[in-house]
Amino acid sequence: MAEVLVLVEHADGEPKKVTGELLTLARELGEPAAVFTGAPGTYAKAKAYLAEYGAAKVYVVESDDVAEYVGAPIAEVLAKLVGDAAPTAVLVAATADSREIAARTAAKTDSGLIWDAVAVTGDLVATQGVFGGSTIVQSKVTKGTPVIVVRPNSTAPVAAPGSPAEVTVDIAISDVAKSAKIVDRVAEAKSGRPDLTEAQVVVSGGRGLGAAEHFALVEKLADTLGAAVGASRAATDAGWYPHQNQVGQTGKTVSPQLYIAVGISGAIQHRAGMQTSKTIVAINKDPEAPIFEFADYGLVGDLFNVVPQLTDEIEKRKG
Amino acid sequence: MNIVVTVKQVPDTWAEKKLDAADKTVDRVSVDNVMNEMDEYGVEEALKIKEAHGGEVTVVTMGPAKAVETIRKALSMGADKAVHLTDDALHGSDALQTSAALAKVIASLSPDLVITASEASDARGGVMGALLAERLGLPQLTQARKVTVDPGAGKVAIERLADNGYSLVEASLPAVVGVVEKINQPRYPSFKGIMAAKKKPLTTLSAGDAGLDAGSVGLAAAASTVLDANPAPPRQSGTIVKDEGDGGTKIAGFLAAQKLI
Ligand SMILES: Cc1cc2nc3c(=O)[nH]c(=O)nc-3n(C[C@H](O)[C@H](O)[C@H](O)COP(=O)(O)OP(=O)(O)OC[C@H]3O[C@@H](n4cnc5c(N)ncnc54)[C@H](O)[C@@H]3O)c2cc1C
Ligand SMILES: Cc1cc2nc3c(=O)[nH]c(=O)nc-3n(C[C@H](O)[C@H](O)[C@H](O)COP(=O)(O)OP(=O)(O)OC[C@H]3O[C@@H](n4cnc5c(N)ncnc54)[C@H](O)[C@@H]3O)c2cc1C
Repeated sequence: MAEVLVLVEHADGEPKKVTGELLTLARELGEPAAVFTGAPGTYAKAKAYLAEYGAAKVYVVESDDVAEYVGAPIAEVLAKLVGDAAPTAVLVAATADSREIAARTAAKTDSGLIWDAVAVTGDLVATQGVFGGSTIVQSKVTKGTPVIVVRPNSTAPVAAPGSPAEVTVDIAISDVAKSAKIVDRVAEAKSGRPDLTEAQVVVSGGRGLGAAEHFALVEKLADTLGAAVGASRAATDAGWYPHQNQVGQTGKTVSPQLYIAVGISGAIQHRAGMQTSKTIVAINKDPEAPIFEFADYGLVGDLFNVVPQLTDEIEKRKG
Repeated sequence: MNIVVTVKQVPDTWAEKKLDAADKTVDRVSVDNVMNEMDEYGVEEALKIKEAHGGEVTVVTMGPAKAVETIRKALSMGADKAVHLTDDALHGSDALQTSAALAKVIASLSPDLVITASEASDARGGVMGALLAERLGLPQLTQARKVTVDPGAGKVAIERLADNGYSLVEASLPAVVGVVEKINQPRYPSFKGIMAAKKKPLTTLSAGDAGLDAGSVGLAAAASTVLDANPAPPRQSGTIVKDEGDGGTKIAGFLAAQKLI
């Protein structure tokens, strides 16, 4: 069986849930081969997870070169493996970094690229939701090795424990790929909550909150639900919440089981990032707010009354 | 500084976007078209860098004849000149072909800086900055919420958005920068700017003029194909209720009924 390359998505070696999803998908398309790229010493943290989710092989590149420069070095690694291993396809997660790496890999290998797939069948036909999910497209790569960018939360990760062979990739990254150097990393986002794009529940706050400190209401509701916290652009522009938490066209795209919008009007650019959520609940005091046009459950009311009551009620039901 | 900024004409943000029933490409005929909103930020950043360091801003677009409206807008904001790559043969190009075509045009302009935006609102690939960097062999400074250029030292630095904050990324010029909408507040074209735009130089190129091989462009030669496209099943209309002092409890009841709590 031919290999299907899966680019491992991780933070300092700790794999993200989407890696398990991609390995699960890869098992249906061929023999899953994980590609781990990271700073020296990081692979050890990923090893057990990759085995757990059924990687048959792991290609490992641990070097400063792949960790200290934007995108291009990892694309070189993938392009080399496409050449050496002749895989059926390359799967990467639809994160800002990885979709860029995928694009460069496709360009290097003269292959077709498909982004934002939510499903891929055995014959490599991908399903994409386009125009914010209002149109469903089936597409297929017709040239080279399909490079497919898969949206997080598209499939449930299913464990399939094994003991993958480890292959250290012998590669010298070219100078031209080492031209955009990461000289510092600065943490800004609030941590301790699930990743926005991976969370099963997302609670987002908008301009209706009125002030940064009122985000505490949203955070408290989120914590009772084990949810990630999102924000509209109005809220991030006002400096009430970090930009990294913005949901929408120019923020993150999320598709959780449950999305709760608090004091958000539902502008088209916001909608573009959350419209494929399974269930949408909106709390807004304006009955004419556009968000009510696509919410599954809309509550017309003052968030300052509704949200604390909802939080208490969920706590109560949890017992 | 010789700055090139890419702009794309897209269906109006608020228009109901559709694919053409026959060839499954974006329907750009039955809707109003505008400059991709994000590209306004790219143009603004190019103008700010020019204002700070001197030089010239050239707008580059690939698109149908009427994409000239988007070029006009960029010129009326203050860009100096434009190149419009337009040819029926280019219709239906995928991102790889588009990047190859744009790279060819951009390379002929020998820029110090290429500015793109992070995403076009119709196709939402979010890939063009990376692809142009790849094709041109230049540093990729995408996802930038802040750009600092030092033409004297031949350096450029950005704050690149990361999952939990940002990264400081440095490179030598020339480079490709991709901006996000946090970077600035785009100006509106002034009346004077709109009048001046009409006289600014605009070069129109066919695929052949740009040196593109006819067999490599357009829908037929694309590296991926759309097999089928259908409207998503409409969302069932939801329940809207008014808070009567029990709004929170009502939502909790709904969530419990849906087994979400
Ligand atoms: C290029 C571009 C990119 C963009 N990208 C994004 C993006 O990625 N994400 C995004 O979100 N937006 C984006 N936008 C902005 C978008 O157009 C809207 O401006 C934004 O989403 C509005 O945020 P909001 O809903 O919080 O604010 P508003 O539209 O002001 O809505 C606030 C809502 O809160 C309600 N409210 C007020 N007080 C209360 C109360 N006490 N109780 C209950 N409800 C209350 C009001 O009725 C109102 O409906 C983008 C715009 C552009 C031009
Ligand atoms: C719904 C839909 C889905 C698609 N899916 C795919 C796919 O999966 N794979 C694929 O290869 N192609 C796909 N395409 C085709 C692809 O969108 C076009 O080739 C497009 O020109 C490049 O992608 P983008 O618009 O998403 O660019 P993005 O990468 O989102 O654009 C970023 C920036 O690049 C610049 N830019 C983009 N296009 C142009 C242009 N024509 N002229 C000047 N500047 C430009 C703009 O500054 C823009 O802000 C799709 C098209 C549609 C409509």
